[in-house]
Amino acid sequence: MKNTALFLILRRMRAPLLALIVVYAVSVLGLVLMPGTEVDGRPQHLSFFHAFYIMTYTATTTGFGELPAPFSDAQRLWVTVSLYISVIAWLYAIGALIALLRDAALRQLIQQNRFAAQVRRLNGPFFIVCGYGDTGSVVVRSMIERDLGAVVIDVNQDSLNELMLENLPVHVPALCADARLPGNLSLAGLNHPHCRGVLALCRDDQANLKIAITARLLSPGLMVICRAQSHDTEANMESFGTDAVINPFDTFADRLALALHSPDMHLIHEWLTAMPGTPLPERLNPPHGAWVLCGYGRFGKAVERYLEFEGAPMTIVESDPEKTRAPRDVIVGRGTEAVTLRAAHVEKAVGIVAGTDDDANNLSIIVTARELNPKLFLVARQNERENDAVFEAARLDLVMQRARAISRRILALITVPLLTDFLRLARHQKTDWAQGLIEHLRPVLGGVAPDLWTVSASAEEAPALEEWLRAGNALPLLHLLQHPHDRQERLHCLPLMLQRGREEHLLPPEDFPLQPGDKILFCGRTGEAARQRRALHNRIVLHYLVSGERQAEGTVWRWFARHTG
Amino acid sequence: MNIEKVVFSFFIVLALTLNFGFFLGELDNPLHHNVYELFAVIVVNLIATVLKFGERSQMGAVLLATSLVADLELIAAALVWTFAVHINGTGVTPEIMGTIISLAGGALVANIISVVLLVIEISAQRR
Repeated sequence: MKNTALFLILRRMRAPLLALIVVYAVSVLGLVLMPGTEVDGRPQHLSFFHAFYIMTYTATTTGFGELPAPFSDAQRLWVTVSLYISVIAWLYAIGALIALLRDAALRQLIQQNRFAAQVRRLNGPFFIVCGYGDTGSVVVRSMIERDLGAVVIDVNQDSLNELMLENLPVHVPALCADARLPGNLSLAGLNHPHCRGVLALCRDDQANLKIAITARLLSPGLMVICRAQSHDTEANMESFGTDAVINPFDTFADRLALALHSPDMHLIHEWLTAMPGTPLPERLNPPHGAWVLCGYGRFGKAVERYLEFEGAPMTIVESDPEKTRAPRDVIVGRGTEAVTLRAAHVEKAVGIVAGTDDDANNLSIIVTARELNPKLFLVARQNERENDAVFEAARLDLVMQRARAISRRILALITVPLLTDFLRLARHQKTDWAQGLIEHLRPVLGGVAPDLWTVSASAEEAPALEEWLRAGNALPLLHLLQHPHDRQERLHCLPLMLQRGREEHLLPPEDFPLQPGDKILFCGRTGEAARQRRALHNRIVLHYLVSGERQAEGTVWRWFARHTG
Repeated sequence: MNIEKVVFSFFIVLALTLNFGFFLGELDNPLHHNVYELFAVIVVNLIATVLKFGERSQMGAVLLATSLVADLELIAAALVWTFAVHINGTGVTPEIMGTIISLAGGALVANIISVVLLVIEISAQRR
């Protein structure tokens, strides 16, 4: 595989090289045989060395003249002939070489080799991202920011050009190829020891399905996360053990329903999954009452299902009820006209969802509806990323963007897997639990979306902590929250969940005793994770946090401390 | 019958036989070794080398290697000859001829290996 390009070049250069050798041989031999000028009545012959020298500068059209002595006419005749044939042979050889270098197949081969070499050299954990669209670009950028590597495959060269212009701090190997072919996935490092998983984020559900199956079969240990837009594909992917199937429509509808059901729980979700460092999202208060849903496509259906579960009455507006198999009481129309919206009783509704697959229509629905009822809660689906500015200007309460809806979930899954468990468990809690957590989080976070990280009490990740616990010493969780410089001070972080084997403890109290093998999910301000890590790695820091004494470091100081003591 | 195989074998055997012809004779006697023959050996060897380009099998790689060895030694022999005649001006003395023929002898061994490998490959295919 490695040297295919070289072999191809050599094989294709055979004929031109043979032509060159033969032409040179004939010209040189002829030049040697041609009688030269006579000296003492005997014609002088050129030696092979001189003949080769003359052909060298003649064939390349350099033409130094008649060296080393003036030629005889016989020699001139031969030089004329050989000049023409050798120049033609040279042109042929160079032409063939250039044609070879411009050959699309060869260039692709060279690109593939370069890509494979870059992937082989990766020495940190990485994910293979198939499909570099809106979602892919957000995910890749965030992965890089969290020190995770990425390898990108996309069929479209334009998308990859965008990746090149992204100006990421780390080089991301990218290949323009069909990720559905197993060979390309292997090339991207499916069997690389550092490969953690595959993210199938193509536009095409079928392609994602094929990628998931391939990854599952060729490298069973890897995490596979897929994007799916239809429930058929979703079920199919889940059937063979895909780790997570993410449907952007369902994800969004679920969040909307959650906001309706419990604004506090929704706020916790938003805070914990926001991009770290961005301002904390505001609380969303969708009103309770009747809703109008425009567009009964995949998105509309998802919203209807989730809102129905929440018990919100709903009127559906759809222009093509036949095709979308809408229920019978649907209002036929696009929803962009006041007539249709009035028929849907928009004046009495509390909220409207503009969910067609056309951005212009969605905006038009929103604007018309707002004129009819200024108090409406406005939700719109944005299909094209280019329309960011317009949707922002429309001052909507909630915008559904496919990329935004799923990229955060994917990131949570691959960077802090415990977060997904935490959010799942949190859902079952009461409203006052959520309110309590919000009050608890607010001062800790200080208005900025938090970093999330996991501490596991294992020998690799927290050697000092593990050693301490193995020795049978007790260690309450409290000590992981103290500042390593001054134990009276607290780190700006909060333990969200502790996982011990199958057991999960939500919001463990500060006196919770740790055990080896525990995994703890923290959220906190940027930089606190690094401070906390010092206690996990350094025995002396940990000792200080527990006892308040600073131990002497190093043999000499320890001896000194013992003897002065 | 494959015409490509005929040409391929023809040049490999021709390279060996020409090389042997040039090598034949008293080791250091310039009269026994012809400059035209050396020229022919070099040209045929180069052609044989190019014909072996682009073979991906193990056998192909070894064949190419033997040819490259032969080329290297023959070109070295030609350079020695050129030095003696044109640069040092001593002409082809018996010592110089000895050096040239030693180099050509080395190339001859490489060419023999080449032909032996060719025969082995063919007999392996027969079975």
